[in-house]
Amino acid sequence: MKSYAVILFYSHNYAIWAADVLKKQAIEHKLMPVPRHLSSECGYCVRIHEHDSHRACSLLTDNRIEFDRAETLGEA
Amino acid sequence: MLFSSMSPKKVIYFDNAATSFPKPQPVIDAVMEYMTAIGANPGRSGHQLSVNAGEVVFLARQAIASLLSVRNPMRVIFCLNATEALNLAISGLTNTGDHVITTSMEHNSSIRPLKELERSGKITLTIVPCSRNGVVEIDELEKHVTASTRIMVINHASNVTGTVQPLRTIGALCRQKNIILIADCAQSAGIIPLDIQQDNIDLLAFSGHKGLYGPTGTGGLVMADDFDFSRMRPLKYGGTGSASDKVYQPAFIPDKYESGTLNVAGLSGLYAGILHVTSRPDGIHGVHAGKKALVRYFLDRAKSIPGFTGYVPAELIETGVVSFNIEGIEPSTVVQILAEDYTILARPGLHCSPLAHQTIGTFPRGTVRFSFGLFNTEDQIDTAIRALNKISTGKRHT
Repeated sequence: MKSYAVILFYSHNYAIWAADVLKKQAIEHKLMPVPRHLSSECGYCVRIHEHDSHRACSLLTDNRIEFDRAETLGEA
Repeated sequence: MLFSSMSPKKVIYFDNAATSFPKPQPVIDAVMEYMTAIGANPGRSGHQLSVNAGEVVFLARQAIASLLSVRNPMRVIFCLNATEALNLAISGLTNTGDHVITTSMEHNSSIRPLKELERSGKITLTIVPCSRNGVVEIDELEKHVTASTRIMVINHASNVTGTVQPLRTIGALCRQKNIILIADCAQSAGIIPLDIQQDNIDLLAFSGHKGLYGPTGTGGLVMADDFDFSRMRPLKYGGTGSASDKVYQPAFIPDKYESGTLNVAGLSGLYAGILHVTSRPDGIHGVHAGKKALVRYFLDRAKSIPGFTGYVPAELIETGVVSFNIEGIEPSTVVQILAEDYTILARPGLHCSPLAHQTIGTFPRGTVRFSFGLFNTEDQIDTAIRALNKISTGKRHT
């Protein structure tokens, strides 16, 4: 079983931008609907492996891509 | 066919300053691809097609940011056209008591919102006169700056004359005087190399359907990376697909200014249009040089037309736009004959720029305007020269 984390954004526009940056750095990720228990957003968030969470968030910060927070999603 | 039209192969289209035509095949293909394979709403749902639509919008946003040297692609705000972008900037930034400076070469897209604000008593407005060639002197601009001057609105390239204002110098003046520079680049984006940082521009309005070869209904406002947008109000309010639990407009960009579903089909085509233009030999520089060459070619040969009057020397025309008249014949008549007898399509009149025509001395009659695009050729210009020769001597083609 793998553990996942999701990175939540204020806007879907930033989620897409983040996915573009993660892709260029070969960090495995997936854009997915925002889980209702985490946010009432109707857009999407980025799901990553939990072990990539710190690196991914640092990368987004370095690229000045604003995000709300990262949350552990548990096993999937 | 749903719509009536002319056979595109027979048409000589010299109206690219209104909107470019034909569109490159990759632009048409991109619109079709979105319409047939994606079709969804970006950011409103979480499913794959919604994600794909979001990616389309992001690609277009990133391409515009790269074209204009903006680091943060979220500073590209998509609008319907440059007019809407200028209205957003002008109405969003002006406060009661502000003084705004603009020039006598502006299009109605900025003059009308400015005059409306002046008439309502919200702002005072100075329209600085330009030379007969349509160029403003920096000293003229500077001498009208007052303590309450907050904004300058400058049309980079005229849709009447094809001449350009010294944006970089004007921008330096604005920086020095702490004035916000709004640049109307409807006629120059995709035709003249632009760098929002180097050119000292705060807000840049662009058209997506002219020099960038996207579909109509595309354009936008680009904010420089260091521009503080916190006090710029939105033009419209509504659903953004973000902060959906809040009843107030989000403060973050681009959502703050992009309410309602975007024209994703149009932006698909715009993305392909930007790729088409920038991947040409020598990129935008090559486009610019090509347009200047067509203008030179036309004006060199137009000298032989009896009664031909041009208004600006070829060396000052930067965007492929040429205004002219034929003595004794109304511009609308010239354009009508060109269309009916030769399928040469051009635009007569005042081109939504009455002040520019006053500046060059062609108000209220206006001019015939040829505006050349990527697909025009010297052969087409030769055909137009022959047609204009016949029109000027009163001989209709049969």
